[in-house]
Amino acid sequence: MKKKKTKLLIGDILGCTGMFIVYIIPFLFILLNALKDRKGANKLSLSLPDTFHWENFLEVIKVRDFQVLTAFRNSALITFFSVALLVVAGAMAGYVIQRRKDRKIKMVNNLFMVGLMLPPAVLPTIWLLQNLHIYKSFFSIVMLEAVINLPFTIMLYRGYISTIPQELEEAGYIDGCNRFEIFSRIVFPLLKPINATVIILNAIYIFNDFTTPLYFYPGTDNVTIVLTLYNFIGQFQSSYNLLFADVIIIIIPMLILFIIFNKRIVNGMVAGAVKG
Amino acid sequence: MDKKKLYSFWFLTPALLMFTIFFLIPTVTSLYFSMTVWNIDGAKFCGLNNFKMFFQEDSLNVGIRNTLLYAVLTSILKLVPAFFLAVFLTSKIRTKNILRSVLFFPSLLSLIAIGIMFKAMMHPSKGVINKALAVFGITGIDWLGNTKIAMFSVIGVAIWEGLCIATMMFIASIQAIDQNYYEAAEIDGANWWQKLRYVTMPQTISARNSIIILAFIDGIRSFELIWSMTGGGPGFATDVLSSIVYKQYAAGYYGLSTAGNVIMLILISCLAYPLQTWLLKREEN
Repeated sequence: MKKKKTKLLIGDILGCTGMFIVYIIPFLFILLNALKDRKGANKLSLSLPDTFHWENFLEVIKVRDFQVLTAFRNSALITFFSVALLVVAGAMAGYVIQRRKDRKIKMVNNLFMVGLMLPPAVLPTIWLLQNLHIYKSFFSIVMLEAVINLPFTIMLYRGYISTIPQELEEAGYIDGCNRFEIFSRIVFPLLKPINATVIILNAIYIFNDFTTPLYFYPGTDNVTIVLTLYNFIGQFQSSYNLLFADVIIIIIPMLILFIIFNKRIVNGMVAGAVKG
Repeated sequence: MDKKKLYSFWFLTPALLMFTIFFLIPTVTSLYFSMTVWNIDGAKFCGLNNFKMFFQEDSLNVGIRNTLLYAVLTSILKLVPAFFLAVFLTSKIRTKNILRSVLFFPSLLSLIAIGIMFKAMMHPSKGVINKALAVFGITGIDWLGNTKIAMFSVIGVAIWEGLCIATMMFIASIQAIDQNYYEAAEIDGANWWQKLRYVTMPQTISARNSIIILAFIDGIRSFELIWSMTGGGPGFATDVLSSIVYKQYAAGYYGLSTAGNVIMLILISCLAYPLQTWLLKREEN
């Protein structure tokens, strides 16, 4: 018995040290260097700063006329609207796809699942947006972000709706609800847990997305938060402290989200991945 | 009760409309545009010339090779460490919940941020990794500057990041195993390794297959990590299909860029799809 306990203790110690070296030191490295002055940070060493330069964060925010703040607003707005769209469109589609099993619906389902695998075609999309006169518009980026995450969202809803008994809908039908009332008053309120998962996961993906805004939402006023990071790589080549401060600014919202919704995020991502 | 009436097709319209306009139409038209010489002035049909060029030019076909290398290595190399990490993190150690959170966190981050982080740590002369190696008397390497090594450095970082979700998938799968199997194995006198080999491994096969498929598809589409770490360089050493798509787009060769996109599409449908069917079939047997 005692032998087993020491073995577990050794496991604890080894696990913590290993994880510390491989998964914590990189973040520590970024944080420490974000707090140094320019000269100190450019040594790229893993040492404590001589003095803590918290003003680095302020300096980054001020760069290019407060670009980081504009970017935060853009990212937040894009995320908010595309997630809202995903919840409505995804829940409705997942509902019908799960409940009806005829051939037409199966075909539609397969179509969506193709979207789970294939990469979006870049230039034809730009061509299409230009012809519709919505290239570089807020509407188009919201739509594109929603569409990219739509197959995954439908899959999550389809899986969850299969656990809701159909009798509820039948009862509603007998009581005289029409089909939209059945969905909006009976089914949708039951989707709260999966709605939370869908909202959190999609918010993370869309907030972190780099490629879609890079191609379809160019322009200095349209910049998103991850794009500021990319823009700053060139500008801050010789001042790592500011570049890393921007990295920290991007990490912090995710860290807060993770601390609050830990279980939900892990379970959601795993469930989404397994089914995919 | 009429199912067709109750679960009306109308519910599908918003999703289907969005999906058709913003995904299906561009995807289908990409097949045509990949066969054109296309720039600002317009598109002119040129048959399969773009694809020919893709396979003949060294700066382009290196992208196909790198993409495949990246997809295969990232999907296979993380299986073993992820499996053992999952076994370790489902054992009775006390710090497992903290360790799981620490391990999972990187998968929430932008790959651009991770790329910047590792690029700085892989700096040839002052990077943390080479300094740590120097402590042990090992001469550091130019991780991202050496054309032969750069691709593997990026793949290493991709595995670092991909381990997070892969381990969590294994953990979920291990936790779902019926404890009776272990008890039965114990009665039969199985030791630790035998239990792992003959109970845990076969019972987590579906998680393993999901990890392979997912990593493979992600690998073929990968862009952000490579772009933030090397930008395809040095030279064309770490160019993958998606970075070529971007470069050709930026250079104004729209047709060639779209051809790169279509090659990605073909690789996924010709490799990932059969791979998935094959793995699922083996899983059932």
